[in-house]
Amino acid sequence: MNIFKKTILTVLASLLVIGNVYADKIRIGTEGAYPPWNSKDASGNLIGFEVELAQELCAIMKHECTIVEQDWDGMIPALLMRKFDAIMAGMSITAERQKTITFSQGYATEPATLAVMKGSSLEGMDTPAAINLDRSSSDVKKALKTITASLSGKTVCTQTGTIHQNFLESGDVGSVNVRTYKTQDEVNLDLSSGRCDVALAAKASFIDYAEASGKAVVTVGPNLSGGAFGGGVGVGIRQGGDDAIGKRDAKLLKDFNKAIDKARKKGIISKLAIKWFKDDVSM
Amino acid sequence: MITSFPKLLAATAITLKLLSASLFFGLFLGLFFAILRLNKNKFINKFAYGYSYVFRGTPLLVQIFIIYFGLGQIEYLRTTFLWVILKEPYWCAIIAFTLNTGAYTSEILRSAFQTIKPGIVEAGKSLGISNKIIFYKIQIPIAIRQSLPAYGNEIILMMKGTSLASTVTLMDLTGVAKYIISTTFKPIEVFIVAGGIYLFMTFIIHNVIKYLEKKYSFQ
Repeated sequence: MNIFKKTILTVLASLLVIGNVYADKIRIGTEGAYPPWNSKDASGNLIGFEVELAQELCAIMKHECTIVEQDWDGMIPALLMRKFDAIMAGMSITAERQKTITFSQGYATEPATLAVMKGSSLEGMDTPAAINLDRSSSDVKKALKTITASLSGKTVCTQTGTIHQNFLESGDVGSVNVRTYKTQDEVNLDLSSGRCDVALAAKASFIDYAEASGKAVVTVGPNLSGGAFGGGVGVGIRQGGDDAIGKRDAKLLKDFNKAIDKARKKGIISKLAIKWFKDDVSM
Repeated sequence: MITSFPKLLAATAITLKLLSASLFFGLFLGLFFAILRLNKNKFINKFAYGYSYVFRGTPLLVQIFIIYFGLGQIEYLRTTFLWVILKEPYWCAIIAFTLNTGAYTSEILRSAFQTIKPGIVEAGKSLGISNKIIFYKIQIPIAIRQSLPAYGNEIILMMKGTSLASTVTLMDLTGVAKYIISTTFKPIEVFIVAGGIYLFMTFIIHNVIKYLEKKYSFQ
């Protein structure tokens, strides 16, 4: 083997090593616009429950991680195009999404709720405090009827491509005049401007907005879960396959599941949930 | 891809509505400001220049956001009759598009007016035709013919600009394409179909303008 060949081999070998190091760094996609799950501070750094949880999970997995920002409406396509390896963006586990990607076990769940501006006719909606759509009891049916009646003729705003949009279009509450927005921030803006009569999102995002903006946003109706709202929020990962990358994705799913188990046992998830939601939404 | 096509085609109707309404109002607005630009009064002239400067110098997306989200935050405005119009994303989009295309149209028409040879106007005057008739029957038709190529370009730019309506919740061609992607997670296929529809509209506009140019050519 002459020197020339040696040099080339060394360069190639070092490239492979570098390539591997990069591939080992787990890239996690998040939206950065859905507080308290994930958002940005005044200087543009990503913060929130999932940003901190991601760091904890990576520490448990002993992996280096980077958190990548991605618009919500392109989240799943970006995962499929390998712009990152996992989604932690307040994304609920739903059957519809599971057709395309796979999820780890859920790490947190948070009820959805309707919100209006103070003084709206929807205030004081007569429903139970919480309903689970997976249970078809008479209570649930009655509550859905009340919501259907309240929403009829109203403009209902929600973020596009969310479980909340799925619920409004599922027929559970009749046919609703839905208006969809790119981000939850925009939903909040139009709720407070009066263009939206009522909005639907995770409860914490309304409470967070009311606190941060000082606007008179109030939540109404029951806490909604189950059914179109899916089975909690989990880590979204590409479906595994037989090739090298597919195997790596399958391993990543296993690693995340193990790490979530450990984090739960140590009380890390609960601790972070209380810090960001002021309520233990961990699961 | 096949199932999304009818939905996208239906959404094209909204895109065409937005385009035709904003071009219609924008043409009048543009003509009005082009005439103001030709005015000898310095104040009127500067005002018209300022309008076109501001709306040509800022992105359409920023303009539509200011009109939709910005004006919506002014509490006083929400108590006036203006809110009836500004409450609707449809009218906010048309207002933004009209103001934007109006600014470009005013520049196109102004330069067209200025290219009319003084001899033509003088010839009219020497025949004893009144200034008003010279303006309406000679200057405006010539200016419109002169500006056809540039205006055709503006129509195509505006047609593509209507895609920004989707950012203020309107379900136009781009809005519906994004909606389909949010349930199918297939951005490439859906955007290619939507892009094809935009391309087809450009093809039609381009050929109509070419036909008009030929029909009204001076040769």
